[in-house]
Amino acid sequence: MTLLSILGILSSAIFSGTSLLYTALGEVIDERAGIVNLGLEGVLLVSASSGFAATVRYGNPYLGVLVAVIAGGLMNLLFGYLVITRKANQLASGLAIMFFGFGLSALIGNPYVGKSIHALPRFELPGLSSLPTVYASLFKFDILIYLVLPMAIFVWWLLFRTRWGLGVRAVGENTDTAFASGRNPRWIRYQALFAGGLLAGVGAAHISIAYAMNWTEYMTGGRGFIAVALVIFSRWHPIRAIAGALLFSAAVAMQLVLQNSGINISPFLLDSVPYVLTILVLIAWGGNRKQNAPASLGRVYQGSE
Amino acid sequence: MVQQADIVSKKAFAFPRWLNVVLRYLYMIGLSFLLFGLILLITGKDPILSYKDIFTSTLGSVYGFSEVIVAMTPILLTGLAVALPSRIMLINVGAEGQLYIGAAFATWGALTFQTLPAWLLIPIMMLLGMLGGAAWAFIPAYLKSIGLVNETITSLLLNSVAPKIIGFLVFGFWHSAVDTNKTASFVSAARLPTFFGTRVNLGLVFGLFLLIVFWLIMKYSRWGLEMRAIGGNPQASRRNGVPLKAYIIIVFCLGGALAGLAGMVQASGYYGLLLTNFSIGWGFMGFLISWLVAGDPFGILIMSFLISVILSGGNLLQITRGVPYSIINILLALTLFVVLARPAFSKGRKT
Repeated sequence: MTLLSILGILSSAIFSGTSLLYTALGEVIDERAGIVNLGLEGVLLVSASSGFAATVRYGNPYLGVLVAVIAGGLMNLLFGYLVITRKANQLASGLAIMFFGFGLSALIGNPYVGKSIHALPRFELPGLSSLPTVYASLFKFDILIYLVLPMAIFVWWLLFRTRWGLGVRAVGENTDTAFASGRNPRWIRYQALFAGGLLAGVGAAHISIAYAMNWTEYMTGGRGFIAVALVIFSRWHPIRAIAGALLFSAAVAMQLVLQNSGINISPFLLDSVPYVLTILVLIAWGGNRKQNAPASLGRVYQGSE
Repeated sequence: MVQQADIVSKKAFAFPRWLNVVLRYLYMIGLSFLLFGLILLITGKDPILSYKDIFTSTLGSVYGFSEVIVAMTPILLTGLAVALPSRIMLINVGAEGQLYIGAAFATWGALTFQTLPAWLLIPIMMLLGMLGGAAWAFIPAYLKSIGLVNETITSLLLNSVAPKIIGFLVFGFWHSAVDTNKTASFVSAARLPTFFGTRVNLGLVFGLFLLIVFWLIMKYSRWGLEMRAIGGNPQASRRNGVPLKAYIIIVFCLGGALAGLAGMVQASGYYGLLLTNFSIGWGFMGFLISWLVAGDPFGILIMSFLISVILSGGNLLQITRGVPYSIINILLALTLFVVLARPAFSKGRKT
């Protein structure tokens, strides 16, 4: 195995992990406010398709990202209407959102199947210009990749160092107490869901506009579910979510490495590594009662009338 | 005094209860069709003609109706698979995965015992399918029973693992000579018999039979009583001598077995082979169906029929109106949204 192929694997692992980390960060915010969105897969699909459609139509990938981000926020608000205002069950509503996303994204993306776009421009890492072009081209990343780690830190800062984050976490732990201390749980949950949807939109934009550069039905391939798993894996903490995304990327990389080196392990089994590992981690932590799950996760806020 | 007057005035204006229920459901169905009609209109399709297509293709002919029944068979079973554990407050989001593993076990049986006659092979495959689903459900059930991990999370995660195991088995070992994505067609002894020249297969009979059994057990047996007790108050029932852990494991695994049977029915009756990623979300639909009717057996029957009309109507819409098939997911989702949001027709308490 050559150095070039190793670097190539590393590069593709970074690309596949980025969208996942954005999505997981969004879900961290949702779940910290006590809402679990199983429909993330649908949110991602709608964002990815509408972002791609906008990019084809207007020729500007940054505009496409913007459209995808807004679409993600709106999808989460729709979910919020069901679970917050109408007090519907979160798991069932999430699955309904998932089916909705399957359909809506197909409708939006259908005219754009097979269209090509100007992808999100990629920039070299500074200081690598002296490398031969084959190497340097592997480490040309788009702006979303450069921003993903700062974003994780920003989300951490937002949740743990601001008044807004304190409100979100208070609502996630105990809605009645949060209400008693003068906060509006419904309004805060809407805000958290919207923020989470925006981040999911960034992740989706990265899939369709920066990485795959096309649109196909169901193109997110279960990333929404992996993101939900990552949030649990990272025990609802944005910084630990980085480790989770790295783990997923490593699984992808492993797959490529094994294929390259001719070792015969089924890629199907490697695909399931992130899920199995998440379950094992849950078992390991579950025994110590240190899961750190927001206490009112999944509960319907009935109001304090 | 004020309160009493309030109650009286409310009573005077309320509809009769049954009329209220009927009106509410009509209103909800109408609303979801109206919303979907708007979406069709925006995309430049004629909503009225589209609806005509959906209904004439499903309820307007014997063949169409039989296709609705075909679509209904798996979700009837997965609906039950979710409803049974929900009676003791266990949330089984994992029917999708259990269905896959059940289909895999049944397929192993079909490929291994090819020479057996149908009257022996079909029951073996059914047992294997149920065993597979139950085994897959055992993982979350066991972890829950020892108080380690919530069954919702584990069953959800295992959903994503199961199709990959099928992919591994089919791609690696079972695939036919011409296509690496699916097995060769099963021998005819491994196919569930179909009725009246349609694609309706014996799986429907299993579904209806188990639905009745479920209803009878919940209503008349000691197990049903104990399960209701656990659902009401787990701690109290445990102190009254109900074996809580055993119930959690057995009931959850039985749910898995039902989903596994659905997988066997689809592999043996519907496709007649096993292919990778064969489920179109039957397990998730089962969850939604069971949730929407709160696990009520009769409600499961009605709701799975309604969803099947939408699913098989969408098949035709794709051909006649040139819309992508998955657009029918929008109508499905809108129906679900409207039911989940439960708009009250007359001012009354939501249940």
